Parts: sequence; structure tokens; C-alpha cells
Amino acid sequence: MTETVLKLNDITMQFGGVVAVNGFSMEVNRGEIVAIIGPNGAGKTTAFNVITGVYAPTNGSVELHGETIISNYPQGKMRKLYAGENNGVYEQLIRKTPDKITKLGIARTFQNIRLFKNLTVFENVLIAKHMNIQSNLLSAAFMLNRKEEQKMRRETDELLNILDLSDVRNEISSSLPYGKQRRLEIARALATEPSLLLLDEPAAGMNPQETNELTRFIHRLKDDFHLTVLMIEHHMNLVMEISDRIYVLDFGKLIASGTPEDVQNDQRVIDAYLGVTEDEQ
Amino acid sequence: MSGITLLQHGLTGISLGGAYALIAIGYTMVYGILRLINFAHGDIFMMAGYFMIFAVASMPWYLAIPLVMFLTVLLGVTIERVAYKPLRSAPRMSIMISAIGVSYLLQNLATYLFTALPRGYPEIPFLKKSFHVGELSASLVTLITPFLTILLTFLLMSLINHTKLGMAMRAVSKDYETSQLMGIKINRVISATFAIGSLLAFVGSVLYFTDRMTVFPFSGTLPGLKCFVAAVLGGIGSIPGAVIGGFILGIGETALVALGYSTFSDAFTFAILIVMLLFRPTGLFGEKVTDKV
Amino acid sequence: MKTLDRKANYILSAILAGIAILVLFYMDSNRATYSYPLAILQRSAIYAVVAVAMNLLTGFTGLFSLGQAGFMAIGAYTVAILTIPVELRPDVYYINGIAEPLAQASAPLWAALVLGGLLAAFMGFLIGYPVLRLKSDYLAIATLGFSEIIRAFIAAPLLDRVTNGSYGLKSIPGFSSTLISFFVAALCIFLMVLVIRSSYGRAFKAIREDEVAAESMGINLFKHKQMAFVISCFFTGISGGMLAVFMRSIDSKTFQIGLTYDILLIVVLGGIGSITGSILGSFLMTAGREWLRFFDDPLVIGGFNVPLFRSGFRMVIFSLILMTVVLYYRKGLLGNREFSWNGIYAFLQRLSQRLKRQKVSKEVGKDD
Repeated sequence: MTETVLKLNDITMQFGGVVAVNGFSMEVNRGEIVAIIGPNGAGKTTAFNVITGVYAPTNGSVELHGETIISNYPQGKMRKLYAGENNGVYEQLIRKTPDKITKLGIARTFQNIRLFKNLTVFENVLIAKHMNIQSNLLSAAFMLNRKEEQKMRRETDELLNILDLSDVRNEISSSLPYGKQRRLEIARALATEPSLLLLDEPAAGMNPQETNELTRFIHRLKDDFHLTVLMIEHHMNLVMEISDRIYVLDFGKLIASGTPEDVQNDQRVIDAYLGVTEDEQ
Repeated sequence: MSGITLLQHGLTGISLGGAYALIAIGYTMVYGILRLINFAHGDIFMMAGYFMIFAVASMPWYLAIPLVMFLTVLLGVTIERVAYKPLRSAPRMSIMISAIGVSYLLQNLATYLFTALPRGYPEIPFLKKSFHVGELSASLVTLITPFLTILLTFLLMSLINHTKLGMAMRAVSKDYETSQLMGIKINRVISATFAIGSLLAFVGSVLYFTDRMTVFPFSGTLPGLKCFVAAVLGGIGSIPGAVIGGFILGIGETALVALGYSTFSDAFTFAILIVMLLFRPTGLFGEKVTDKV
Repeated sequence: MKTLDRKANYILSAILAGIAILVLFYMDSNRATYSYPLAILQRSAIYAVVAVAMNLLTGFTGLFSLGQAGFMAIGAYTVAILTIPVELRPDVYYINGIAEPLAQASAPLWAALVLGGLLAAFMGFLIGYPVLRLKSDYLAIATLGFSEIIRAFIAAPLLDRVTNGSYGLKSIPGFSSTLISFFVAALCIFLMVLVIRSSYGRAFKAIREDEVAAESMGINLFKHKQMAFVISCFFTGISGGMLAVFMRSIDSKTFQIGLTYDILLIVVLGGIGSITGSILGSFLMTAGREWLRFFDDPLVIGGFNVPLFRSGFRMVIFSLILMTVVLYYRKGLLGNREFSWNGIYAFLQRLSQRLKRQKVSKEVGKDD
């Protein structure tokens, strides 16, 4: 029996007159690695931003573990402007800010790395531990929460150990080499103890060898942290090797989905990608 | 309150609003392009007042006006060149601090050069001529202000919508870096923006000070703040918005004075700001901007 | 490079603190001789509190507030109203009289200071509620506006019987010992340092670094910004109260925008994001103003009256220094680093190495 972790229902995101994502539905099951692929501007990152609460979708809903966490329908000026589908299907209005969604167990990395640049590697990860802080401002300031603080620090160090970042623990994060910055971003996301990890182009800017390492790394993470992974990626080798299932977006619309083999042989995908898939074959 | 007094107050309000509108345009344009609250704008307006005092003392007003206009524009453009341009790539907070620094400098400079005592603003003869229509009396400046404001706004809007410079300005305000890559000489566009803003601040200062009659080193601070609020009210970045915001604040303030609450006329402006930020942070005509993630 | 260990650090800091306390103690017990330097130090200490409070917002949370003068005014008037001796009040309010409930209300200094801080914090809470959800620019303008409103209210005829309108408040009892002012200032700064070093302080820093990333780490932006803002307002209010006690008479003009700009200048001078920088900046700024005083006096060299030197010139020079720092030394004295013995140690090491090298190169030069 598969358990659905994340479910997108007819997500449409419209900016002014531009429909970036149009009626996109998908599911991610527990323990899966699912990839969203598609040419540039297909709406992949926008979909991520909807899931993590950065953008409120124009229409549609998102469910996490069966509970609706986001839901919206065209309102205000959008009522007239709306150019997507499924108008009138959704009537609930649920909006959660990104921090709430992180607390519900979705963590993410960013396409263009967004570390806390002037802080150390250790601080970067430690900050993510602040999320579950129990002590209030006063007891934290007067160091009455020594136990909690020590636990946060210990967990941070454990995480750095697991991700092989202990040797750069006290370096300023922006001084790290690119690959380590990516890894630190993942470490930071893991520190929020997510059940679902969203990776936005984790292999961007990596050479084939680094990409291979990343493949193994993601597998290991999935097993060690009992994660479900949803990723956006352009490196086809990585995607085809690692994913259980793939969703293909083009111009904001879902054009194919299924196992890597299904998707590779889908004519519409080949058309959308032209060239890219030829390389892969 | 009789109809005549009501009309009288209405005229005053519209006239004050016109001056506010002209200054607010300067704020909204600079913010639109540099995302900078130009804290020095109010002080440019104050300096324009002082320039006029000294110019009129030594030459006839018809020579003084173009000269002071030129000096004010020069001051505005120089400030941009010296204090803002070197910080183009710095964090936005640095530019804001620099703007505050310029404001501080101009105020201290004015205190040093002209002393802290208020000085009388010269009477420009034709502006002070008073009119009597029935029981209603008003000086010409009161009547001229709204029309002049609307005329200048109209000219500015056609400049922005129909000239090459205007197109460049719109491009730079939409996306600063891309327009630079597209070959727009952004430094020239920015200078032009400051020139226009300062020019309008000059016109605003003539209208405002002719009415208020004195200038002192801090007389730019509060009008400056209010005009920024006017720009926020209208939707920062929108020129018609700034004009309407200016009129709303001018009329509202005058109404409060007329009703006997003059102490709170300044507080009124900021109360409006807070209410606005609560319910419609983008202002009356502002567009919502989504940050790219 | 060699660094000092923790123990050496503590010992050096303790020695420095000990010396400072001894010197202050000595100066305080000979107050008659040292009243001038003590006054400078006291003002520096009070400004250091506001400056660190401003830095907590600007340097550590990335929020830009310009309401310092207004929040200080709240603290100052609260303390003044509650501490002016009851029997002197009819004299102070001789023109308009005093509002009935206030005529008898009085509180000890510490309680008045805390109350002033709390009132300032409450005002900060009210302003922050609508404004902190928006882009940080609006905070600057809203707080600046608020600061002006407060001044308008203080001077308003309506509140004459509370604030004594434009006549201001006099006869505020001063600190019974100057040491108290240093102690309160040190305590305030220490508390703020504790906040900054706690987990909440780390969350503030995360917001400063990258709001989007901070939010995706589960940090509630609004809640934490509000927290930083309210804390900052609290200590700003306290420092305002201290300023009232220090100056012993206040009026609405004390709290003009210029005061906020002074504090901003201190923070920029010391380095945005450096607490020790703000403390150092407060001292340099306060003392520097005194040192520059000669600019305001007419200067006569050999019978020739140098024309630039007259009242107001000092402030022009001062603003020029500020602009120079803003434009060319954007990091201020300490950048976002803190003063540390290790920093000094490293500096000395570099210095001695350079000297050695120079010596060596000279000797090599001799051989040729």
C-alpha cells in the first residue's frame, strides 16, 4: 500500500497575464524519488515556490499527508484575468507562509544557492534548528535553556559529520567551494527534519564526476533520513538513474509522466526537448 | 461654516496639495528608478527656497527664477553624482544612509551659512497679487498652483510616455541591470531623473514658500516626509499617484486646520500612511511586485 | 598564526574592565575635578545604549528604523514626569498647571526607566504591527514620521498639563552617582548582547542575511522582526530616560530628527553589525564633538580673522566626516567584526613582523 506524501491538484499560477503553471497535478509517494523535468521556463521552480508557500497559487490545492495545506481560487482582479483551467472547482482559501510549511515537514534548497553568506557553516545549520525552539526569548537570552541549546548544537554537529562538512565547520559559508555550498544547503534543509525534501537543480554547475557522487549522495540521504525526495533537474543521466517517477512540464503544462523508460520514449517529451534526449540515448 | 469660508479653505488646500504633489513626483521618480528614498529631496526643496531669497535680493525676479531653477537642478544632479553614484553596487541600506547623510549635511550647511533663524521669502509681485471674486479673496499663487501642477504633470507624463528619454526611464525602472545591458546609459537616465525631480521641487518651493513666507534650515524636513507619504499613498513609482496623493494630503491637512485641529495636521499625514500600509500597501495606483526566488 | 586561548582572553578582558571601573571610580570620587570628562563619558554611555539598540535592528536583523528620537522621547518624558520631586512640580508646571493624576505620581528611578522602556516598546509594537509585514523601506519612513508625531504631540497645547508643552520639563534629579549611569548602560548592553548570542539572535541574523532562506528554515519573519524591533525600542526608551536624568531638563527640541541622525552616525562610524564598534563610535562621536568645538569659535591667526570659523562650522565638518565614512569607509571602524584581543594580538604580530622585515631589508641594504 503506497502512502501519498504530497499531492498537487490542478495547480495554476498566473502572473498578470502570464500563466506560468497551468492545471498541474502530481503526487509523490512515501520513499520515492520523483523528478520534475522540462525545458527552461517550463514552470518547474514556480511549482516549487507554490508547494513551499512562497507564491500563493492562482487556482488549485496542495495536500501534504492527505491534509490540504494550500488552496486558492481566482480572486480580485484575477477573476477577470484568469486564463487557466478548472475555474470554480476550488472554493477553499488556505494560505500558509513558508515557515509554517517548513514546520509541516517540507524542506527545500534553492536553484541559485541561498546560504546565509556571512555566517559560518555551523551557524547556517544551527539556525535551522531554531525552528523547534521551546524556550522563550528570555530564557534563551539568559541561557536558561542550556540543555536545549546543547542539543541543537550537538544535532548540528552530527549532521555536519554525516554530510562530511565537519572539516569546514567554522568557515564562512560563502568561502566554500561550489559543491560544498550545495551540500551545505542540503544539510541546512535536513536540519529542519523534513519528511519531504525538495531539491531545486542540485546538480547545476557540477561536472560528470560530481554528478555521480551526488547521485549516490541523494540515495544515501533518502535511506539514512527516511526521506521522500522531489527534485528539479536538468542532468538527464542523474534524473534517469535516480528517479522512480518523472513528471515532464512544458510551458506550464504537464505533457508526460511515468517511469524513466516511459518518459524517455514519449514522443511529446522528445519533441519538447529535441536534442537533449538525443544526447542521452 | 459658510459656503465662502469653505471655498476659501478648499482653495488653500488645493494649493498646498499642488505644491506637495510637485515634490512628491521627485520622490516617486527616484524611488521608481533607484529604489531609494531620497531623504535629501526635502532639503533640496529647502535650499531652493534660500537660493531664491538671495537671488531676488540681487536681481529682478524674472532673472532670478531661471537662475535659481538652474542652481536647484545642479544641486540635485550633483548630489546624485557625488553621494549616490559611488554606491550603485552597495547594499540598498548604504545608499539610504548616504541620502540621510546628505540631508544632514545640507541642513547643517544651511544653519551655518544662513543661521537657524527663519528668513523672509521674497514676494514675487505677480504671484502675490490678490483676487476678489465676490467675497472670496485669494492670491494668484493659490489659483495658479493646481493648474500649474496639472500642466507640469501632463508635460512630464508625455515626456515619459512619448520620448526616447522617457522610454529609457521606464525601462530602467522596470529592470535596472537588463536596461544597462540593452545599451541604455543609465547614468544619464538617473541624472535626468534627478534633474526633473529637482526642477519640480524648485517649482514646488516657489509655490509653497510664497504662501508660507519664511524659510529656515529645517523647513524641508516635514514637507519632505509628507511628500514621501503622498508618493506612498499614490503608489510609489506612479506619477499620477504621487500627484493625487499630494492633493489628498494637502486638502486633508487644510481641512484639519480649518476644523481647529491644527496640532494634529502633521500627525494626520502619518496616520494616513499607517492606515494605507495596513490595508493597501501598494498604494492607490501601485503595482504589486513579486520578488523572484 | 598564534592565537590567544580562552583563559588569556578572559584575563585580559577582566583586567580591562577592572581598570575601567577603577578609573571611573576614581573620577567619580573626585567629581569636582573631572566633571567635564565624566559628562562626556556619561553621554557616550547613554548614546552607546541607543546605538547598540539601533545596531540590533540595523546590523543584526537588517531592519532600518529611524524613530530613535521618538522612542527616546517617550522614555525621557516618562522618567522625567515620574521622578521630578512632587514638591517641585508646581514650579515646573507654573504656567499651565499639572494634570491631576500626575501631580502625585512618582516612582524610583529604576522603575521609571523600566516603565519608559516598556512604553517605548509598546509604541514600537503598535507601529511594527502594520509596517513590519512590508518591505523594510516603509519601516524607515514610518518610524521617522512617528518620531515627528511624538514631537508634535509633546509640544501640543492639548498635552500641556502632562508634558508642559514647549516649556519642557526641568528639575529632573540627576544620577546620585555617575557610576549608576555607567552601570545601567553596561547592563543594557549586556542584555542586548545576550539576546544577540541566543538562538533568537541567530534567527535575526538569518533574516538579515536572506529573508527568503530564513523563512524556508521555518523562521517566522514577522514574529522575529517584531521581536527585534520591540527589544530595540525598549532599550531606546531606557536610554532616553537616562538622557533625561543626565541632562536634567528636556523639551521637545531635544528629540529632533538630528538626534536620530547622530545615533545613525555612531552606528555607521563604529561599523554596522559590531557592538563594540557602536560603543567605540559613541565615545568618538561625543568626544569628537567636543574636540571639534574650536571650529565654532572665531579663529584669528596673526590678526587675520579666518572667515570660515564661526558658529555652525563644526556641524558642517561633522557631516562631511560622516559622508566620507559612508562613501569611502563603508565598513566603519570595525565592520561587522567585534573588538577582540585576538584581533589586537594578530595586529601586533603583523606589526612586529613588518618591523622585523624592514629591519632585515635595511640590514641587507647595508651589506650591498
